[in-house]
Amino acid sequence: MKRIISVLIENAPGALSRVVGLFSQRGYNIETLTVAPTEDETLSRITLTTVGDDHKIEQITKHLNKLIDVVKLVDLTEGAHIERELMLIKVKASGAQRAEVKRCVDIFRGQIVDVTASLYVIQITGTSDKLDAFLQAVGEASILEVVRSGVSGISRGEKVLSL
Amino acid sequence: MEMLSGGDMLIRALRDEGVKHVFGYPGGAALHIYDAIFRQKDVKHILVRHEQAATHAADGYARATGQVGTVLVTSGPGATNAITGIATAYMDSIPMVVISGQVVSERIGEDAFQETDMVGVSRPIVKHSFMVKNAAEIPEIVKKAYYIASTGRPGPVVIDIPKDITAPGETFPYEYPDKVKIRSYNPATRGHTGQIRKAVQLLLESKRPVIYAGGGVIQGNGSDLLTDLARRLNFPVTNTLMGLGCYPGSDRQFLGMLGMHGTFEANTAMHHSDVILAVGVRFDDRVTNTVGKFCPNAKIIHIDVDPASISKTVAADVPIVGSVESVLTEMHAMVKESKEQPDAEAIKAWWKQIDEWRQRHGLYTAPRYNTEGESIMPQDVIRTLHEVTKGEAYVTSDVGQHQMFAAQYYLFDKPRRWINSGGLGTMGFGLPSAMGVQMAHRDAVVACVTGEGSIQMCIQELATCTQYHLPVKIICLNNHALGMVKQWQDMQYEGRYSESLYEETLPDFVKLMESYGHVGMKVTRKDELKAKMEECFAMKDRVVFMDIQVDQSEHVYPMHVAPNGSMRDMWLSKTERT
Repeated sequence: MKRIISVLIENAPGALSRVVGLFSQRGYNIETLTVAPTEDETLSRITLTTVGDDHKIEQITKHLNKLIDVVKLVDLTEGAHIERELMLIKVKASGAQRAEVKRCVDIFRGQIVDVTASLYVIQITGTSDKLDAFLQAVGEASILEVVRSGVSGISRGEKVLSL
Repeated sequence: MEMLSGGDMLIRALRDEGVKHVFGYPGGAALHIYDAIFRQKDVKHILVRHEQAATHAADGYARATGQVGTVLVTSGPGATNAITGIATAYMDSIPMVVISGQVVSERIGEDAFQETDMVGVSRPIVKHSFMVKNAAEIPEIVKKAYYIASTGRPGPVVIDIPKDITAPGETFPYEYPDKVKIRSYNPATRGHTGQIRKAVQLLLESKRPVIYAGGGVIQGNGSDLLTDLARRLNFPVTNTLMGLGCYPGSDRQFLGMLGMHGTFEANTAMHHSDVILAVGVRFDDRVTNTVGKFCPNAKIIHIDVDPASISKTVAADVPIVGSVESVLTEMHAMVKESKEQPDAEAIKAWWKQIDEWRQRHGLYTAPRYNTEGESIMPQDVIRTLHEVTKGEAYVTSDVGQHQMFAAQYYLFDKPRRWINSGGLGTMGFGLPSAMGVQMAHRDAVVACVTGEGSIQMCIQELATCTQYHLPVKIICLNNHALGMVKQWQDMQYEGRYSESLYEETLPDFVKLMESYGHVGMKVTRKDELKAKMEECFAMKDRVVFMDIQVDQSEHVYPMHVAPNGSMRDMWLSKTERT
């Protein structure tokens, strides 16, 4: 099953490569990966999604915790959480297609953020499933380019991932 | 505050950390550091003949003393040559700090002369690594490196230092920190008391227990605690290849090594056990054989300082994360205070069964190899070595059949006496690690058990032995072939000896020794083995190489049946299996 793991890591050179290297070294998959500094400039936050059974996920979290640069981590999928991914998509939009695409964007609560005579750039956020569904709705034929941010996530309620 | 250059700060920090010996090899990017070494007397540098040997020597030094081994190499090829030794230390959790020179900061990334991304290349085989960006950080980084290398589950740490950082021109205030705190690194110490209580309960209820103890017991200085606990409980003990010596090898309760070349009694007892107390071990594939068939009726208590080791390959019923020392102390106290005691009747019956296995196929009740023939049997060489050195020697080994014979037949009574590359299986480890041991224990008897294949992988170190008067004794089991490769080719490839025979290409080791200023001895007859070996060890201040011509067709037994075998499925000889 898909897991979302959030990792607080020292904002130090080479720290990210240790995390990524661990996955390839031990034969684990990374499906998505996002990294950015946090409000504390000494820390970065990595959110990654991976797939595996409980045994594999336990090993992944143990090995991540073993890395000296990893300060804290949480498997968000263990509790209630909010998951978001941002997607920018460039689609053909001419003739009758133009109105159809616009309707689709409205249904999925996306925004059109750039327009030319023949295409739209659409911005859409949501769970990965929602983004997948949007791509399917628009149809492969009209898609020119897709860029996805990878999953970000945060737990619901009182739980906080911080020092 | 004293003002020092980066190079001087580095060496001063080593001194203040308590480092006495550094094993290394100079080169362009490390020259400022070597100049700093030249201008002081506290830290002694040992010049090896190949950087791989520097890491193995520091490794042997660390294994024999429990202190952190220190290595200094230059950038590029110096750094990459150290990689095999770093990987060796990583696999066996040996505390080591490797300092590598790097090209000047502003050339990094430009494919400069002798540039290698050392932090990148070493990343999967280090516990941690540092790239020094400012000279002022040197004292703190050194402190952190030694702290990380030696605490928790020990391991190698790399410090990569660009040449400009160690330059003599600029100076910085020097102060060595007393302690260091790393917010993201808090190695486990005490185990969970509730879990330890559960474990004690299981142990006291068990009827067929086995204590399975490994290198973690030695690394964690838990040998005495483990021995006391095992004796109080009267439970049988088996050691992994890495754990030999953590329980006295000549003790009645010792079953010998377990695993692929473990004894019949150790492997069979494991298979039939109902409770296994696993301490400082990692259920390596060379121990478990087929994981799915591993000890089907056993409840497993697993003590380890590294949570990632627990339930990695074999699920633990009672996992205990903590230092071996603290957990065993607490466990022993609980056993003492408990109203319950082990079921004496059941344990007696279990010992009766084990003794019957020992009688049937044990390695130590009667020789399980041909003692009648003309040729010198490798097993006899190790037994003679044990006799001549009174079981007191530090024994290092290389990798292959000779390593297994040494592990089986030199019964180690003390920890830190058996020094071998268990996890990585690095040929070439034996001689340089023996140098490291001898450097740490100048008066000790140090023997390197090797083969004519392995010894040639780091044979250049004979010159280092000359330079530093390291009188190690090299016991070479010469069978004119890569013995373990040949054994597998016999067993699995119908005797097709692909690239495993030396034919007539071996050097004359006696002459070779003489050219280095050492003593070489060739032993060809069985009846002269003991006298020659006594002669060898009587030359206390000389390096002596015993080229012992052993039986060329002998195999190491027992050997696990693989694939799909369980712990108890073993070949006992070329024709006999369980």
